[in-house]
Amino acid sequence: MEELNEEKLKDLENKANKVRQLIIEMLVEAGSGHSAGPLGMADIFTAFYFHILNHDPKNPSLPSRDRLVLSNGHICPVQYATMALAGYFPIDELKTLRKINSRLQGHPHRSSLPGLETTSGPLGEGLSQAIGIALAGKMDKKDYRVYCLTSDGEHEEGNIWEAVMFAAKNKLNNLIQVIDRNYIQIDGNTEDIMPLDPLKEKYESFNWNAIEVDGNNIKSFIEAIDKAKLVLNKPTIIIARTIPGKGVSFMENDYRWHGKTPNQEEAKKALEELTAYVKS
Amino acid sequence: MLNPDLKLNQNIFEEIVETKATRDGYGEGLLYLGETNPNVIALTGDLSESTRTEGFAKKFPERFFECGVAEQNMAAIAAGLGVSGKIPFISSYATFSPGKNWETIRTTIIYNNSNVKIAGHHAGIMTGPDGATHQATEDIAITRCWPNIKVLVPCDAIEAKKATVKAGEISDPMYLRFSRDKTPIITTEDSSFEIGKIQTFWTNNNPTATIFATGYLLYYALLAAKELEQEGINVLVANASTIKPLDEKTILELAQKTKAIVTVEDHQVTGGLGGAIAEFLARIAPTPMEFVGLNDTFAESGSPKDLIEKYGLGKEAIKTAVKKIISRK
Repeated sequence: MEELNEEKLKDLENKANKVRQLIIEMLVEAGSGHSAGPLGMADIFTAFYFHILNHDPKNPSLPSRDRLVLSNGHICPVQYATMALAGYFPIDELKTLRKINSRLQGHPHRSSLPGLETTSGPLGEGLSQAIGIALAGKMDKKDYRVYCLTSDGEHEEGNIWEAVMFAAKNKLNNLIQVIDRNYIQIDGNTEDIMPLDPLKEKYESFNWNAIEVDGNNIKSFIEAIDKAKLVLNKPTIIIARTIPGKGVSFMENDYRWHGKTPNQEEAKKALEELTAYVKS
Repeated sequence: MLNPDLKLNQNIFEEIVETKATRDGYGEGLLYLGETNPNVIALTGDLSESTRTEGFAKKFPERFFECGVAEQNMAAIAAGLGVSGKIPFISSYATFSPGKNWETIRTTIIYNNSNVKIAGHHAGIMTGPDGATHQATEDIAITRCWPNIKVLVPCDAIEAKKATVKAGEISDPMYLRFSRDKTPIITTEDSSFEIGKIQTFWTNNNPTATIFATGYLLYYALLAAKELEQEGINVLVANASTIKPLDEKTILELAQKTKAIVTVEDHQVTGGLGGAIAEFLARIAPTPMEFVGLNDTFAESGSPKDLIEKYGLGKEAIKTAVKKIISRK
C-alpha cells in the first residue's frame, strides 16, 4: 500500500466525487435501483479500490488478490462505478446497468462480471461467504485478506449472527467486516424498524475487535483498516458511520432515497452539486 | 430376471438380505475422498454422527467445520469455500438443508455456481419415529427445480458410496439424498454406476409396464416385479438414481417399449421423480402413468415398515399401481 500523503488523499477524495457522479448517471439511465447507500459508500469503495486492496484490474482472478465481498448487493452501483473507474471494464458499460444482455446485473452475479467475488442481494449471506473464502485462505496459507461489506439493515437477518459467532470461534483475523452504519433501511430508520445499538458493544461481546469510524472520511477509514490488520486472533468489524445520499443535499439522511432513483431533473441538480465540488 | 450385465446382488430375493443405510455409504465415500483429495472439506450443523460425517471429522479435523445449528451459515460458508478451490460437502437433515436454507443455497451456491455438495439426510417417511417434521418429503422437488444442479438418490449403501465419490470428482453443485435406516443391498461393488444414467435392473420377455424407482424403494419395486411375474405379468424395473439431469433417452426408450409407467419414490408425488418423468414425456411421448409416493399429505411417527404400508409406498401398492396402469392401456 503506498503512502497516504496530502496529495494522494486529495486525489482519492476527487475520485470518490467522480464515483458519485457516475452513480447518479447510472441510476438515472437505469430508472430503478438504490441511491442513498451507493452515494454514502463512495468514499469507502474509493479507498478500497484505489488504496487498500492488493489487486490488479487487468487480472481479476489473481490468486494473491485481496477479496472484497459485497454482502448488501443492492448498493452495487457504487461497486460497479468504482471498478470501472479503476479499470476493470469501460466506463461506458455502466450505462447498461439493469438492462438486457448486461454484465451489470441489478444485484451482483459473480459469473457475469470478472472481479466480483460472490453473488449477493438477498441479505445476510455475504459474511458467511466471506468466512468461507477466509477459511480457504488460512488452509492454503495465503496472505490475502477478505473484506466484507455489510449493511446495518441486514443485521436483522439471523444468518449474520450465525456468521458472527463462527468467525470469532475460528479466530479469522484475515477477515475484516465493514458495516455501512447509515441508520436507514427501506421502511424507515433502523432504530425504529429494529434497534441495533449499541452495536460496538454487541460485537465486542461476540469476541470481535470493533472500531468505530467516520465512513465518509477517507483518511480515518484507511487508518482504521491499518489498525484492524494488526489484530492477531480475532476478526474485526469497522463500524463506518456514513451519511446516506452523501454529496447530494436533498438525498442526505432521507430514508426515502434508499430504494429509488432520481428523475432527469433531480439527476441534473445532483450532478450540479457534485461537479461544483472539487478538492484542490 | 435381474439384469445380469449389472452384477447385482443375487441374494436380493432371499428371506434375509444384507442391509446397510445409504448414509453409511455416504460416510465411507466422504472418508475415501478425504484420503484421496486434500481439497475436500466437510461441514455439518451439529449432526456429525447421524449424517455420518464423524469419521471424516476424526481423521481430518483441519478440514472439518462444525457450524452448530445454523444451516444458512453452513451453506454460505461452503459457497465461499467452493469459489476458493475447495470441494465442500455440507451435511444435515434434508428438511433443514436444503429445506430451511433453500434460498441461501439458491443464491450463494446454485446461481453463484459454487462447487458445493449438499447431502440431505433422513429423507423420506422412512425416517420414521421422529415424525413428519424430520421426514424430508419435498426435497427432490425443491432442488430439481433449480438450473445448474445435479440431483442424486442412491438406491443402496454401495451406490451411495459411489455417488459420493463421483460427486467429489465433478465440479458442479450437487444434491445427494440419503435415508436413515438400513435398507437392502441391491447392487455390488462391481455394478456400474454413472451419474445421469437410468439402468434397467429387472426385465423379462415383453414387459407390459416400466417401474421407475428411486432410492431404497427400488427394493420393493423388485419384489413387486418378481411376484407379478408369478402372476403372469411381465414388467421392467429401472433404477432412477439420477433425477437431474434426467436420462431422457432411456426414459423415452422404455416408455415406447412398454407404453405404461409407474414411478416409485419416498417423496411427495408432486415434484419428484414421477413429476420429472411426466414433464418430459408429456412434451414428446405422452404415456399413461401411475405415481407411487406420498399423496399430498404429511406422514407421522411410526416404524418405517408401518409407515410404508399405511402410506402406500411398498410392494402391494406398487403391484396395484402396475395392474391399474396396464388396465388403462
